[in-house]
Amino acid sequence: MGQIICDHLSKIWNPDSADANLAIDEVSFTVHPGEFLVIIGPSGCGKSTLLSMMAGLDMPTSGAMIHNGEPITGPSTDRSMIFQQASLFPWLSVLDNVAFGLDLQGISKQERTERAKQYLQQVGLLKSATRYPHQLSGGMQQRACIARALCLGTDVLLMDEPFAALDVQTRHQMQKFLLELWEGTNKTVVFVTHHIDEAVYLADRVLILTANPGRVLEMIPIEMERPRDMMSKGFEYHRNLFVEHLRSEVVRAFEEQELAEMLDTRV
Amino acid sequence: MTTKMPPPASRPVRSAAPAPGRQAARTRWAKNAAQSVMWWCISLGLFIGIWELITVLGWTNTIILPPPHEFFAEIANQDQFLAPRIGVERTGGNFVLLTAIVATLKRVLIGLVMGFVAALGVGGLACYFDLFGKLTLPVITLLAPIAPIAWIPFAIMAFGIGDSAAIFVVFIGIFFLLTLATVNAIRNVNQLYINTARVLGASRRQVMFKVILPAIIPDLFFILRINFFAAWMAVLAAEMVGVNTGLGAIVMVGRQMFNAKLMFLGMAVIGLVGYLLDVVFRQLQNRVLWWKGASQL
Ligand SMILES: Nc1ncnc2c1ncn2[C@@H]1O[C@H](COP(=O)(O)OP(=O)(O)OP(=O)(O)O)[C@@H](O)[C@H]1O
Ligand SMILES: [Mg+2]
Repeated sequence: MGQIICDHLSKIWNPDSADANLAIDEVSFTVHPGEFLVIIGPSGCGKSTLLSMMAGLDMPTSGAMIHNGEPITGPSTDRSMIFQQASLFPWLSVLDNVAFGLDLQGISKQERTERAKQYLQQVGLLKSATRYPHQLSGGMQQRACIARALCLGTDVLLMDEPFAALDVQTRHQMQKFLLELWEGTNKTVVFVTHHIDEAVYLADRVLILTANPGRVLEMIPIEMERPRDMMSKGFEYHRNLFVEHLRSEVVRAFEEQELAEMLDTRV
Repeated sequence: MTTKMPPPASRPVRSAAPAPGRQAARTRWAKNAAQSVMWWCISLGLFIGIWELITVLGWTNTIILPPPHEFFAEIANQDQFLAPRIGVERTGGNFVLLTAIVATLKRVLIGLVMGFVAALGVGGLACYFDLFGKLTLPVITLLAPIAPIAWIPFAIMAFGIGDSAAIFVVFIGIFFLLTLATVNAIRNVNQLYINTARVLGASRRQVMFKVILPAIIPDLFFILRINFFAAWMAVLAAEMVGVNTGLGAIVMVGRQMFNAKLMFLGMAVIGLVGYLLDVVFRQLQNRVLWWKGASQL
């Protein structure tokens, strides 16, 4: 399970005011169960808006979203979101953070501790269970966030540039870590990024959005064996493909600077 | 055997430094503490010295401004003046002063705790129930700038002279300000925390109690500490003008009996206790809200 259908989604921010802003315009696509879908597009094209609608945090102005046959009307523990900024609560220990969602459901302390520990183990943070968020590195914090989401038995992980705040080295480690985790669990992942290399490294399929307003430019499958070698011919081919697709978009909306930024994951 | 190179023979060998980091930190701390104590002593000594000098030179009336050595010598004797007038039970020995301190402290602390809890409750409700907020916040905004001291006459009229009037002054003096601060703090809670909780399945109530409340406590505690001094002053003022017990009353009795030594004794104790309370608050803040980091407060 873990299928999400987005059908003619549109989002207008502040629809009744003078600065009404069409962020997402008639976007339709389907996320297949168990796939790793990457959404890429220039800054401000509405990636975060799209993802937070899929999470149920914001409602579309028009259109429908269906998750496993049910319309999305609000947040649900079946879909979890990982934000760009690590969002652990600073007043809770790592363990309590991971168990937070279970606590909300009224699960007993003993059981939630047990379950949280199991997922902390999975993300390699068992040793840090009693520490507090400010004592963790950025990468560790994001892993704790992932453990917290998995802990609830979520079948869709929505990730909004989760590694963008990390340094290049850590980011690459986290990408590998995420792929291993995903292959082991067969969750569905929808991953937003504006780094081309990250998209090619991770994705089963890549959804490219245009800027101002956000529309679907292209859906491109990547059929390469994992783990992918960033130096290989196939990788280079896909990288160039995306650069071609995005260049016109980026140049239309922004500077070349932005395109350079989209490529700066190259180590 | 280690693979490390031995230190060159020419360098003087340091004797016994088992945990150099911690040890150094401790000596540094001791040095800082000693320095700060020294400056405190110098500053106080200078103050007392100048005061003494002024009286020796005969620049002032020693009845109004007694020289420090007389003041200190007679501290123990002031007790006799206190008991009948201050209205506190004589508990024997020098405990009258202590009783006055306790009376004042009790009022301030009860008022502060009640004000804090009430402000948290009303502020929270004002944010949770939109209508309630719209109905109450304008009035609260208008009442907030009234200084705690300005409530004293009303408090004495309403409650008579006694504990309740003083507690009311503290309560009302911080309640409106803290309520507004609560509303403000709630509106400024990082949206990321709220969204995170919602994605994890939190209901509106759970967001309020499990996210917003812990998130705003540090800010509110900080504001409480700032407002503590206003409350402290208000209680003292109330004790001077009507509530005839406590530290403020001691100063007033001193004036009425034309006993400057007693007056200054009261003032000195007020200063000392106020300072110690602030120290305690600070410690509490760092201890309870350690996760916010002392530097951010
Ligand atoms: N809460 C909001 N209220 C009003 N407008 C918003 C809001 N969130 C986003 N927008 C607007 O919607 C548009 C798309 O923003 P969004 O954050 O979705 O872009 P993005 O693709 O995620 O950009 P980035 O790559 O910089 O994160 C922008 O023009 C932005 O100003
Ligand atoms: Mg974004």
